[in-house]
Amino acid sequence: MQPKHKLEMKGISIEFPGVKALSQADFAVESGEIHALVGANGAGKSTLMKILGGAYGHYQGEIYFDGQKVDIRHPQDAKRLGIDVVYQEVDTALIPYLTVAENIMLDVMANEMQGKHFIRWGQLHRRAREVMKQVGIQLDTSTLVENLTLAQKQLVLIARALATNTNFLVLDEPTAPLSQTETEELFRLMRDLVANQNIGIVFISHRLPEIFEICETITILRDGRVVADTTIETLTQQRLIELMLGHRFDETYPKMPVPIGETIFQVEELWEEQGRVRDVSLTVRAGEIVGVTGLVGAGKTELCKTLFGAYPIRSGQVRLHGKPLKITSPHAAVNQGVTLVPEERRKEGILVDEPVYVNLTLPSLDTFTRGVDFVDTRAERETARQLIRELGIRTPSENQKVAFLSGGNQQKVAVGKWLITDAEIYIFDEPTKGVDVGAKHDIFELIGQLAKRGKGIIYASSEIPEILGISDRIYVMYDYTIVKEFDTADATEEDILFYSAGGK
Amino acid sequence: MTALTEQMASKKRLPAVVDFLSKWGTILTIFVLLIFFSATMPSFRTSSNMVTIMRSIAIVTVIATGITVSLTVDGFDLSVGSVATFAVALVMSFFVWYGWGTILAIVVALVVSLVVAAVNAFLIVKLRIFDLLATLATMFIFEGVAMTYTGGGSISEGMPRLDGTPTFGKIPAEFRLIGQSPYIIVIMLVIVALVHVFLTYTKHGRYLYIVGGNREAARLSGIPVNRYRTLAYFLSALLAATGGIILAARIGSAQINSGAGYLMPAVAAAFIGYSVAGIKKPNAVGTLVGAILVGLLENGLIMMSVPYYSLNIIKGLVLAIALAITYYRKHD
Ligand SMILES: Nc1ncnc2c1ncn2[C@@H]1O[C@H](COP(=O)(O)OP(=O)(O)OP(=O)(O)O)[C@@H](O)[C@H]1O
Ligand SMILES: [Mg+2]
Repeated sequence: MQPKHKLEMKGISIEFPGVKALSQADFAVESGEIHALVGANGAGKSTLMKILGGAYGHYQGEIYFDGQKVDIRHPQDAKRLGIDVVYQEVDTALIPYLTVAENIMLDVMANEMQGKHFIRWGQLHRRAREVMKQVGIQLDTSTLVENLTLAQKQLVLIARALATNTNFLVLDEPTAPLSQTETEELFRLMRDLVANQNIGIVFISHRLPEIFEICETITILRDGRVVADTTIETLTQQRLIELMLGHRFDETYPKMPVPIGETIFQVEELWEEQGRVRDVSLTVRAGEIVGVTGLVGAGKTELCKTLFGAYPIRSGQVRLHGKPLKITSPHAAVNQGVTLVPEERRKEGILVDEPVYVNLTLPSLDTFTRGVDFVDTRAERETARQLIRELGIRTPSENQKVAFLSGGNQQKVAVGKWLITDAEIYIFDEPTKGVDVGAKHDIFELIGQLAKRGKGIIYASSEIPEILGISDRIYVMYDYTIVKEFDTADATEEDILFYSAGGK
Repeated sequence: MTALTEQMASKKRLPAVVDFLSKWGTILTIFVLLIFFSATMPSFRTSSNMVTIMRSIAIVTVIATGITVSLTVDGFDLSVGSVATFAVALVMSFFVWYGWGTILAIVVALVVSLVVAAVNAFLIVKLRIFDLLATLATMFIFEGVAMTYTGGGSISEGMPRLDGTPTFGKIPAEFRLIGQSPYIIVIMLVIVALVHVFLTYTKHGRYLYIVGGNREAARLSGIPVNRYRTLAYFLSALLAATGGIILAARIGSAQINSGAGYLMPAVAAAFIGYSVAGIKKPNAVGTLVGAILVGLLENGLIMMSVPYYSLNIIKGLVLAIALAITYYRKHD
């Protein structure tokens, strides 16, 4: 029996310019347990875990390891104690042009190579393979990381953490990009780690059912303060949401009854250049929300991107109001009334170095110009402030750099910037990824308003309850094509899952 | 405990100083240099000397604004020196060989110089060659084109062409005015102001920065990314050619590689400009400040009779420091 470890954070406070991210937060986790950390977007979850991982040195408060006071100010301090954090933005932690083996062994190479200068490749790959076996990833260790899916990258990061001696593992929203099967896979691994390796895990997620499925203990943050620290059995989902948001909340889908009009958008036999979309035909009517679902990797994102001109079209017809469109680039698509909220916010959706208002008005900048293309910044900021209010984006002002917003708030910016464009067809690709329940509700409502204005909406998501909750009609994708169409009223989760898995 | 808080406090204070310096260091340095040169050299204080400095930086500044525009899209135009040389050759040939009028010669020279931009844009946007390398290639190509066109590199009044044809054209007096103060200074300030307004207050300027910030996000926001990258290279060539025209007016002849010497100080000016006032982006006003710093240093050092052949050491060091500040800031 290995000794149990206990990690405690006491009275943690931290400030950033204009934001008090945490005040007097207490947090504790023991080895052998999976501890949930939940809270609304911007509550301070990631910040608390970054402190634990040594990413911020300027906090107040104390940290104890097995009752002993420790000073964690740098990542090395955390590493020495066996604390590993897999941050929310997996892409930023991996080196895309290195192999899986090198990425997994990165910490080892960085920390255990003192005095050695030559890399022993054979040994490196062997050790990487051992760790991978433990994590249960089947991958060639010489694959480049840039060719991996998000789920695989996630696992590579966990493997990297486990390659060095690990006592505590923090997973910040690991399931956000994962499909259901991949999530199950990850949970199996997590359970194995706590049961057999005596590791303590901190798990952050906005998908509340997951919390109830896998965690034993939970800490709830609200506005940088701890509002509850308890075992999971004492809570219901309803109660958890109340604690998290600070008010009663009715977790139903705000589906407005909208009269559905004529077909406005028609896609016929669409093929993408490299076969990433195969023979897809679909229609969207005015005021209709069309759900597109399927497993991760079924081709939803590819379909969205092709309709938006981000991937080249090989053949097929796309018509808006009966008129054939020439979608040769995203620019052309926007000009012809088609917009897309892309899936990967950091890479595709937001400009981290620009302020919030610049991000929000970017696609509609034309409507904020006067004279010879001069930007009317006053009007721009005004609109930005309004959107910030409507979406509840947590930011000290519209001038804050987007890099300083929490993950979920960045997502709100990525979605918000398209809501004020004047388009006919709005395509959303997993818009609620990493967004808290309250904000999800707000996003659904805004999408509903677009529908009410007679716009056509394509909503791609692998979250089946969401699709069932807000759509009028559903297309199920499998292997880069549409395999089934449902009226939402007639569809059940089982049916959708059956066709998603390739059932006929 | 007190030791710890003290330690933390000092940790906090230190970055504040660094922060202040990286924002205002350039302007501070300009003042320090001014005071230093004035104190050590009484001759430096005369106002005509300030005019000399402003006059001497005009060409560098204009060329540097060109580089600045290329930097906004996260590009880099190394070919600006050659564009300037090329423009000098063109405009001189129009005067001396063909006897054209001022306006016609300037306009045609500017337009023809844009060929370089077209080649740059083709290499970078269409063939996807890394900016620095593509413009390194065009830098050599157009240096050669200018030499070939002029038949060896130089053109001056009365000088026969390479094949022995005598020339009769004169350089118009009004053209020479461009290279003299106050006109040269006014032209420089107007160009800096125009570029500043364009980059800061127009939609297109905003798009240029966005394209430079995250190309994929810009593309998926519906911005015609390639069009804006092309635009950046056309603007940088246009500005560099303008610098060349001013240079031609100043020296009144075409010399071998006359624009080449402006590349380095222009790059330095543009990079020093990054951090001025904490903007942390390529910007026209910062570039002007950068050019003033470089020009001041050069002038002062010459007056202190540092030999011209050693000046490059100092200029190179200034560039290294400017780059250090820019890139050091980027990584925190
Ligand atoms: N480096 C920073 N500079 C300024 N503000 C910051 C910084 N990091 C975080 N913040 C702010 O601190 C608050 C807490 O952010 P944090 O990322 O911890 O939220 P979170 O609970 O992880 O939210 P999410 O669920 O959206 O990921 C937010 O308001 C955020 O804007
Ligand atoms: Mg977070």
